[in-house]
Amino acid sequence: MSALLEIEDLRVTFPTRTGVIEAVRGVSFSLGRERLGIVGESGSGKSQTGRAIMGLTPPQARISAAKLSFDGVDLRSLPAKQRRALRGNRIAMILQDPKYSLDPVMTIGRQIVETLRTHEKVGNAEARERTLQMLEAVQIRDPKRVFDLHPHEVSGGMGQRAMIAMMLIANPELMIADEPTSALDVTVQLDVLNILDRLVADRGMGLIFISHDLRLVSSFCDRVIVMYAGKVVEELKASDLGRAEHPYTRGLLDCMPRIDADRHPLPVLDRKPEWAA
Amino acid sequence: MSTVAETRREWLLSERPASRMQARLGRAYVTWRRFSANRLAMVGLFIIIALLVVAALADVLAPYSPTIGDLKNARLLPPSAQHWFGTDDLGRDILSRVIHGSRWTLFVVVLVAVIAAPIGLLVGTVAGYAGGWIDAVLMRVTDIYLAFPKLVLALAFVAALGPGIENAVLAIAVTSWPPYARIARAETLTVRNSDYIKAVQLMGASPMRIVLRHIMPMCISSLIVRVTLDMAGIILTAAGLGFLGLGAQPPLPEWGAMIASGRRFILDQWWVAGAPGFAILIVSLGFNLLGDGLRDALDPRSGDQ
Amino acid sequence: MTSMLRVDQVKVVFDHFRALRGVSLDVAQGESFGLVGESGSGKSTLLRAIAGLVPVASGKIAVGGQVLGRKRDKEFYRKVQMVFQDPYGSLHPRQTVDRLLQEPLAIHGFPDGEQRIRRALDEVGLGSGFRFRYSHQLSGGQRQRVAIARALIVEPSILLLDEPTSALDASVQAEVLNLLEQVRRDRKLTFLMVSHDLAVIAHMCERLMVMQNGEAVESLAASALGTRDVSQDYTRRLLKASEGFVRT
Repeated sequence: MSALLEIEDLRVTFPTRTGVIEAVRGVSFSLGRERLGIVGESGSGKSQTGRAIMGLTPPQARISAAKLSFDGVDLRSLPAKQRRALRGNRIAMILQDPKYSLDPVMTIGRQIVETLRTHEKVGNAEARERTLQMLEAVQIRDPKRVFDLHPHEVSGGMGQRAMIAMMLIANPELMIADEPTSALDVTVQLDVLNILDRLVADRGMGLIFISHDLRLVSSFCDRVIVMYAGKVVEELKASDLGRAEHPYTRGLLDCMPRIDADRHPLPVLDRKPEWAA
Repeated sequence: MSTVAETRREWLLSERPASRMQARLGRAYVTWRRFSANRLAMVGLFIIIALLVVAALADVLAPYSPTIGDLKNARLLPPSAQHWFGTDDLGRDILSRVIHGSRWTLFVVVLVAVIAAPIGLLVGTVAGYAGGWIDAVLMRVTDIYLAFPKLVLALAFVAALGPGIENAVLAIAVTSWPPYARIARAETLTVRNSDYIKAVQLMGASPMRIVLRHIMPMCISSLIVRVTLDMAGIILTAAGLGFLGLGAQPPLPEWGAMIASGRRFILDQWWVAGAPGFAILIVSLGFNLLGDGLRDALDPRSGDQ
Repeated sequence: MTSMLRVDQVKVVFDHFRALRGVSLDVAQGESFGLVGESGSGKSTLLRAIAGLVPVASGKIAVGGQVLGRKRDKEFYRKVQMVFQDPYGSLHPRQTVDRLLQEPLAIHGFPDGEQRIRRALDEVGLGSGFRFRYSHQLSGGQRQRVAIARALIVEPSILLLDEPTSALDASVQAEVLNLLEQVRRDRKLTFLMVSHDLAVIAHMCERLMVMQNGEAVESLAASALGTRDVSQDYTRRLLKASEGFVRT
């Protein structure tokens, strides 16, 4: 199986008044049609990695990579216009809070229709039909009603489903989900993950799932990359998480409280400077 | 020498200030760096400092008396080496009058700011924090003031109080607080429901303490910006009242009054009205640039780093 | 066991929306009690109702046997303090840590402020190096420590904790939870803690109440969660969800 996405030595730096901040410092991985989890704490560079692939890094940042190719296309040298066409059409991204990523003054249905029509030439009726189908696919019970609602009129879980529907309407091959369920309640969270999981399996998409929640990611993904201070410290199969070797990964797993274990005080992470080296 | 400056800078920018003083100075220094990076703002600051210096040293700088002219030999002379800005119809040196006039301009501007800004701040924060009928009453009063053009209202006040520069200042102050109240109220509404205000409520602080010590500091920077931006308008309103004969009375060298008396000669002896007009223009510009720079430097939304 | 905090049939209504529909609980002195639920369950509203931040439509709240009136007095705020969820929003952006800690002391008229501030910072593991920093110079975990220090400085007997660690990274969460346990032991505090995370509540509390739609679903001992000894379907669903994703 050929890799869908190949990244080698990806670096993202932000120049600031006080010096250069290195958000991502040499990340390499390749992704097939699988579910890859990227886990790390805030400031680990996990989100910036996702944004760099997507081409959504703020303009003042500098990106460099030895290799950054999507399905054989070199993303580094791609003109902005083609990159835009790629984005949304073949690569899609789901962000944490649907409240900020959906247009508040446009109905959900129209937003999805517009997304579809910027990528494909389809008639009005067909676009509407496909949008309704898509809303049904993300398990929205009454798609006709939701079609005409504005984002503020739906719950967080519903909004995130609508967001997923919008991202999937163009049939992307790669989906980057940045904390897609962190703003949702636990029970809703699992529903959304279920939908995502089925769609990925049915359509043969590649999925990058970025999250701070090591346990959730390992239960959902095939493979997990653990990031710390802009670097990959460990890469392992999700089922092997219990056998993680890096002390950071182990520490991260250990420090979470568990329902069926009585550990007082909780073990805390003893950060070693050599991890960041 | 450079190492001393270097360590001083480090001390100011320290992430771990060791005293209250160092924390405060460090914060001021960061604001100053942000302000001084803006070249236009520095031009504005320079103009205002120049105005202060001129006003302070008016007696030394002015080559002639501002009020006693030479009626026999020096009426309406054009600008020359003796009289840089020329002379007016009473034979007074216009440069000297402009220099002395800077004192009156400062007097007006500072007094108006000192009277109007605190009133606006208090009304706005109290209305915003208290809400309910207090808010309704205070804001309707504000609306009434806002409904009249500033100059017309000021005119009415001066007419009631009698002409004179002190009354003009009072009238301008009374008419210029409502916008400040509006700003302060808007700012208060955004912070009053924040957790840090809730936290102070949970300490058992009285409403007055919360308004004075916790909400007002959040409103002050946007107010300072607005006041400096308004300075130009205040000068112009004062000049307008002077021009209409309701502000400064002759022979006071107030810039607006000077333009008013120079109006009769505007076509033949343009410098009589031109020089004070130019002074107003420069000082207004200075305040505007300063205000713009302050807005960028003080705006909490631009990040506190 | 003496009752430290008693809530009796409390109802809260916001513009016709019934946020709390008659909730009762009883927390003993020195106990740590947890409130679990999803958004809209009313768990935070209950906490805020106790603190006097939202008006109570009906019902009674008693602290240390004394029934509270409509207005909370200063004495109440000496006894009850709160730590908020968002460490970025709960510290005044224009005040140094020193100012933040001085304020409660000034309000309640403590004489030996200097000493208390130093002790409070030491207690939450920050030390005097942090005393004159502004909140933007602190990390999320450090801010939450400052918030805890501020709550403890007036020596309350009840601490209300509103998702105190949900905005923090897992490793920082562990540190803050340990700190909270430590101060509770040292000062014999009573905790009322709100969280959406069953594991955090199970770790921190002795008893808990599960809430949904402004009502209590069930009350149980924290140990019952470990043994899955729960009676309500909703609690079971929450428990299952907290185990992570299961492919069906």
